[in-house]
Amino acid sequence: MLHFSKLKAFVIVGIVLMAGLMAMPNLLAEKSRESLSDFYLPSQALTLGLDLQGGSHILLEVDVPSLKDTLEKQLVGDVRLRLRDAKIRYANLKRTGNGASVTISEPARAEEGFTILQGLSQPLDTGLFGQGVQVQEFDVVRNGQNITLSFSDGGLQTRIGRAVQQSIEVLGVRINELGTTEPTIQQQGTDRILVQVPGLQDPARLKALLGQTALLQFRLLCDNQPQGAGGTVPLGCEELQDKETPGLLYWVQTSRSATVDGEDLNDAQTGFDQRTNEPVVNFRFNTGGAQRFCRLTQNNVGRPFAIVLDSEVISAPRINEQICGGSGQISGNFSTQEANDLAIVLRSGALPAKLTIVEERTVGPSLGSDSVEAGFAASIIGLIGVLIFMVISYGLFGLFAVAALVANLTMILGVLSFLGATLTLPGIAGIVLTMGMAVDANVLVFERIREEVANGRSPLNAIETGFRMALATILDANITTLIAAVILFGMGSGPVRGFAVTLGIGILATVFTAYTVTQLIISGWIKVRRPKVVPL
Amino acid sequence: MRPFRFVPDNTKIAFMKFARPGFYASVAAVVVSVALFFAVGLNYGIDFKGGTLIEIRTEQPADLNELRTTIGGLGLGGSELQEFGEPTDVLIRIETQEGGEEAQQNAIQTVKDALGPNVDYRRVEVVGPKVSGELARDGILAILMAFVAIMIYIWLRFEWQFAIGTVATLVHDVALTIGLFAILQLQFDLTIIAALLTIVGYSLNDTVVVFDRFRENLRKYKKMNFDDMVDMSLNQTLPRTLMTSISTLVALISLYVFGGEVLRGFTFAMIWGVVIGTYSSIFIGAPLLSLLGAYVDRAPTPGPGDNPQAEIAQP
Repeated sequence: MLHFSKLKAFVIVGIVLMAGLMAMPNLLAEKSRESLSDFYLPSQALTLGLDLQGGSHILLEVDVPSLKDTLEKQLVGDVRLRLRDAKIRYANLKRTGNGASVTISEPARAEEGFTILQGLSQPLDTGLFGQGVQVQEFDVVRNGQNITLSFSDGGLQTRIGRAVQQSIEVLGVRINELGTTEPTIQQQGTDRILVQVPGLQDPARLKALLGQTALLQFRLLCDNQPQGAGGTVPLGCEELQDKETPGLLYWVQTSRSATVDGEDLNDAQTGFDQRTNEPVVNFRFNTGGAQRFCRLTQNNVGRPFAIVLDSEVISAPRINEQICGGSGQISGNFSTQEANDLAIVLRSGALPAKLTIVEERTVGPSLGSDSVEAGFAASIIGLIGVLIFMVISYGLFGLFAVAALVANLTMILGVLSFLGATLTLPGIAGIVLTMGMAVDANVLVFERIREEVANGRSPLNAIETGFRMALATILDANITTLIAAVILFGMGSGPVRGFAVTLGIGILATVFTAYTVTQLIISGWIKVRRPKVVPL
Repeated sequence: MRPFRFVPDNTKIAFMKFARPGFYASVAAVVVSVALFFAVGLNYGIDFKGGTLIEIRTEQPADLNELRTTIGGLGLGGSELQEFGEPTDVLIRIETQEGGEEAQQNAIQTVKDALGPNVDYRRVEVVGPKVSGELARDGILAILMAFVAIMIYIWLRFEWQFAIGTVATLVHDVALTIGLFAILQLQFDLTIIAALLTIVGYSLNDTVVVFDRFRENLRKYKKMNFDDMVDMSLNQTLPRTLMTSISTLVALISLYVFGGEVLRGFTFAMIWGVVIGTYSSIFIGAPLLSLLGAYVDRAPTPGPGDNPQAEIAQP
């Protein structure tokens, strides 16, 4: 047991040294770190968690009612288009809250209409259980002349999944425009998106960018406009708020023919108005959008229209002449940053559905650096405390244990860096806790050796038996803590997960260092010193 | 250098004599803890209750009363303020606002507007009603899962009597920690769940070491009285149990004193858990095992003898 073959000793020392190499980048400044990779050395350092470097963790959820609302609107439009193309007369086309329903006017053509509308329901790949599981997007049911299209469960889930994917892309574009380092955007669960942005001074701006659906519309105003609040909204009109002035209301036409959507935008940039020098947003339509906007302005010269963003009116200018160049300008008392952000969200495109913030955790840079200092201080002082305690209690062997502990910490840092793991404040707590518990394996072995010596064994025999007898106990004791760490990792989020990671890696490193490395050190010591007594 | 013994060698403490009163005291403490949990309840943090937490740093030492009036007058419902580590640091907690997820965001803005620009926002956390419900559910689930997983592991490695003994100590440790948090009304949040699970792991570590030794002695001394054997095993492992507890406490106390205010709740729970875990492995696990001991199968192969001293004769 105490004899290590050269190869084995070499491997053990090699593993520790390798961990040391992997941990090394953490000690270097960022610049010298980069040069490490030139020498084929690991150059990855630990990433500090948001709680240590400051930053925002924001969990967004796709607002399913708003998504359904959009989908229903689309569906009604599609039904209208299909039936009109087939020249089938219909009545009572309406939204049902879970789809749409329509009545075919001529009973004889009901079956034909049914077949056409069935064509609307595309088979969707759910992406569940690998490939190939398909669901119909809608359940289409005919009851005489009545045809109902309702979202199927699987269809809606797939749509939510797609909305999440689309939103992630859109958010990616928006956040990149902020110019922060290494933001992460990832899906969580079925309908959530986790956004983590380190080192941001102003989370309010980030949240504004994330929360905006950014659906831009150009819509004609109705002929009558509200005189104060409380008027009855005319048929075919909708009451919208002014974005700037609370209480200022507009009546805006709802018909599709009076609307041009901003999704046909090609580009949006900040600029300044030549006369007033106010910040404005210049935009350009794509070809289809340009044509529609041209037609709308041509037919309505002299009438006011509203620029609507997310159901709020930004401004309501008069159409002075037809605009067919495909470009335009939005002005609305913006500050430069507001204009900038509006350009960003218009460029990135609209979100497929509203996103709501369901969880936010923002740590300011001052608290982050305080936590790093505190964590560092606690680690060093804890290490010194354990060192003193071990040396007092076990003398030379205690020193060996501390050497193993240092190897242990090196391994934890090395593995964490190699995995590109994130170090959080609870993660540091996990490391400090590991320091306290790591010597447990040594204590087990040392106490056992003492017992065996008391039982009359020779020093060598006692040491060997001590290591052998303690192994099963060490494994049992550590596996149980490992179980707790794994479960914590499974359920935990963010910082708590960081704790589970360091605790888990700490346990694995402990079993290796506190047992094997200590054993190697002691066997080396025996070879050199040939002790007559065990110094315990 | 002569090593210093923190724990004297060859102790012969008759643990089993104290086991009965200790066991009753513990059962009483568990009952009180459970009663406190239901009667008084825990001071849940925003992780489980939902709401908003804002940590601010003011330029001058903060006037808590003035701040209380300011925040209280915003019409945001129940709010709590406390000094947080430094006289300039204040922790503000605001309850979940009516009106869904967006209302929480508006509440932050209201507070920021009221406090003015000369305040450093060190931390802002908002947990919406939906997420807090899930976190609470996940937390309870995690602890139950840990119990079951550990019980299975112990059952595979030992016999079922050991598994019951282990889980009893774990229930004891978790109950007393929750009881302490109920009495002191310390904030109970996600990190405390992490602490509970770590306590479970740690306490188990202790219990397993004692049980391991117990199993070993069970095979060696077949005819020894059960209680004597438990006593002997506890005495043999006592130095290790205490040494490990001390070294863990050394690390934890360093963390408590120097690790900053954010971790203090977590570290406090851990320190308590290590003390309780050490106690429970001696006074709950072992006596329970002795109670169930009649059912333990003693290995049929003959042991080296029932005299503990006989071991010396081995080569």
